[in-house]
Amino acid sequence: MPSPAPTYDLGRLHGGLRLAAHKSASTGLPVQSPPLPAQLILPIDQHVGEPARPLVGIGEHVLRGQLLAESTGTLGAPVHASSSGKVVAIEPWPVAGRRGDPAPCIVIECDGDDRAVESRGNPVPYAELPGDEVLRRILQGGIVGLGGAVYPTAQKLMQAAAGELEYLILNGAECEPYISCDDMLMRERAGDIVSGAQILLHALGLDSACIVVESDKPDAIKQLAAAMTDAADERLVLKQVPTIYPSGGEDQLVQLVTDREVPSGGLPTDVGCLVQNVGTAAAIHDWLRDGEPLVSRITTISGDGIAQPMNVRARIGTTVAELVQFAGGYTDSARHLVIGGPMTGKSVSTDRVPLVKATNCILVLSEVPQPGPELPCIRCGECAAVCPVQLQPQQLFWYACADDERQLRSHGLTDCIECGCCDLVCPSHIPLTYDFRMAKARIRELEDEKARAERARRRFEARNERLQREQRERETELARQKETARKAGPDAIAEIMKRKQQDDGD
Amino acid sequence: MEFERLEAPYLAPTANVAGIMQQVLLALVPAAIAHVWFFGPGLVFNLVVAATACVGGEALMMRLRGRPAVSALSDYSALVTAALLAFALPSLTPWWITATAALFAIIVAKHLYGGLGFNIFNPAMAGYVAVLVAFPMQLNLWVAPRMGDIDYQFLTVLQTLKYTLTGSLPDMLTYDQVSRATPLDAMKTGLNDMRTPAEIRSLPVMGDFGGVGWEWIGNLIAIGGFWLMIRKVIRWHIPLGVGAGLLIPAGLMWLLSPGTEPSPGFHMFSGAAMLCAFFIATDPVSAAASPKGRFVYGAGIGFLIYAIRTWGADVDGVAYAVLIMNMAVPAIDRITRPRIVGHARNARAP
Repeated sequence: MPSPAPTYDLGRLHGGLRLAAHKSASTGLPVQSPPLPAQLILPIDQHVGEPARPLVGIGEHVLRGQLLAESTGTLGAPVHASSSGKVVAIEPWPVAGRRGDPAPCIVIECDGDDRAVESRGNPVPYAELPGDEVLRRILQGGIVGLGGAVYPTAQKLMQAAAGELEYLILNGAECEPYISCDDMLMRERAGDIVSGAQILLHALGLDSACIVVESDKPDAIKQLAAAMTDAADERLVLKQVPTIYPSGGEDQLVQLVTDREVPSGGLPTDVGCLVQNVGTAAAIHDWLRDGEPLVSRITTISGDGIAQPMNVRARIGTTVAELVQFAGGYTDSARHLVIGGPMTGKSVSTDRVPLVKATNCILVLSEVPQPGPELPCIRCGECAAVCPVQLQPQQLFWYACADDERQLRSHGLTDCIECGCCDLVCPSHIPLTYDFRMAKARIRELEDEKARAERARRRFEARNERLQREQRERETELARQKETARKAGPDAIAEIMKRKQQDDGD
Repeated sequence: MEFERLEAPYLAPTANVAGIMQQVLLALVPAAIAHVWFFGPGLVFNLVVAATACVGGEALMMRLRGRPAVSALSDYSALVTAALLAFALPSLTPWWITATAALFAIIVAKHLYGGLGFNIFNPAMAGYVAVLVAFPMQLNLWVAPRMGDIDYQFLTVLQTLKYTLTGSLPDMLTYDQVSRATPLDAMKTGLNDMRTPAEIRSLPVMGDFGGVGWEWIGNLIAIGGFWLMIRKVIRWHIPLGVGAGLLIPAGLMWLLSPGTEPSPGFHMFSGAAMLCAFFIATDPVSAAASPKGRFVYGAGIGFLIYAIRTWGADVDGVAYAVLIMNMAVPAIDRITRPRIVGHARNARAP
């Protein structure tokens, strides 16, 4: 007997901010398709976990959807060719990674034919396959979380399936300003999201999924509702959440939808929840129903530094420069290039970086008003009032300045989700999020150091023990010799003593 | 194309310290006007002296500490300290007392503790208490409010200025002719003389709740305070805490013994209680951190005001109440720390 459909009790989120959305600029046009680029740059490290291992050689001709690099280790995702062409290089290339260093990339010179591999067009009859088989298939599609965290989807699903799962939550909240790629996806491909949700329900053996959309996306909600009516699937529920940043954060969404808190240091699965981005659901549909692995994604190109803001469905590996050019190019005021949104995105110095699976937004901003010199914290508490995790950033800041690791931990530094809300409301213009990132890095360093010291200590102790053992062995040996000598008679002893005196004399 | 790198987030902050301090100053303007109307121009002279000393002291200390003086002066916090001092001191105060209070506030209470953001004690209250201890006589000289119907020698602007500069009254006038007991003083003395509150309340200096003039200033301070709340410059926790801490014990005692206890309304509208609730206790630097902590902090101040007024030697006690609770802030912060999302409900950190 199926368990009753879960109720979704809208929980309350602490704090958060109502930010100017800036989304309408990029939602005026339907999702555009930029022309095939001449060259594709495909990093082998587009996901959380181990980089993929290249399977192709330089000079090799590849087809769209062909496996270029396979996933290695327990956590990882494969990389596929986004179009057909020739592999011309495997070399470091600037990417918008976590550290901004160049990363190894497979460079393909496109032949313009865009020929796909054979397997295309054979829908996987997933309903006839057992759940874990479906998960294995998803693994092969190179699919990662498209909300920006790029955690390999298959592994996330497998980990979730191993535990007690109650809720599947499809994240269409998209709370960060400017970004509208999920909004456009929900408007234009609601049916594919619903189909992806059905695949996920089957693979996980769940009875209910909830698609969650922020209230400022009425068109997306309308299209999703229509698609759900078409699918006539009672397992699916559509839910609106208030438009408050950062309601789209994974843990925050769980809290909003189920009124459960993800435990500190834990995962949503610890409270029976699995969150997947709506884009990920559509990608799963594309792979299992259309045979197309993750070789393209919708990304928002926006900001006051862009002539014609829009959403594009672009091939993974297209450079940002080409996409911006397609969106009318830069305006004269363009100063900063951000990969991601204005709250959590990564500022990069060059537009040669490629579009990767994680790229949900290309944001070009004019001069960001520099808040002027940082003033001392006046403990006004506004940061604590807006913190969605209910931290006290003013206290954390104090301990970060003092480098007090113990207090930083006990005040929840590691619970900080780096949403940036505190930065925006700080009247002293303290870059709190940045300071906390640095403090976290220092704590990690300290931990590494501790681990090294621990290893050194153990080695030292082992050495001491070994020396003591050797000493004991020598003493036993000496005693044995003495014993033998005693048995041999007083002369022998005198001989030994004499020798010993000589030794000591030396 | 090449771009300049920044750190997230990339949106401009929405508030600044100078803006906050300016709004606090602005919120005091109506009360200041009423103060001048009822008690003469002394407040303005106090303000000029205090502001000069505060700004000068701030500049000096920043120089000594090897930091740019402009950055400290442009945050207006020294002016807020000056304004609070000007309100706290009697309108007839010789300049050297005001300047001493201001310099003590800025140099000792603020900068010796590390400057803005690091001071444990409310600077204005520390400065006020310093001169209260050093010059108790002069700080008891409160002029009577403009009442119209009583025989009272009102000082002219020039006479007030002269007093501020020299500390001496015009010839022919004595302290007794220009000063009057404050409502709190009158109440305390009256109760000590075994009079009932009702009798004391019939004195000409008494108004509907507090003293004549004082209650109007109280009203305007409250309006300024509510405006700051609407502007989200201050939050409601501390004012409500002070109100609750003062009014609940005062109300209970008044209900139990109306013949010997002044009404809670009298408490709220007398002395510096209202100013404390909205402007003094709400100084975030020296207050507790969390909303709950701030309520507790405010309630502690409110209760101490009541306790000092009722059982203590000092007639008002606001400054002492604030300074005592300043000392309690670390403990309050520890006890009232909000639970972090995802942490167990009753977990107490080490």
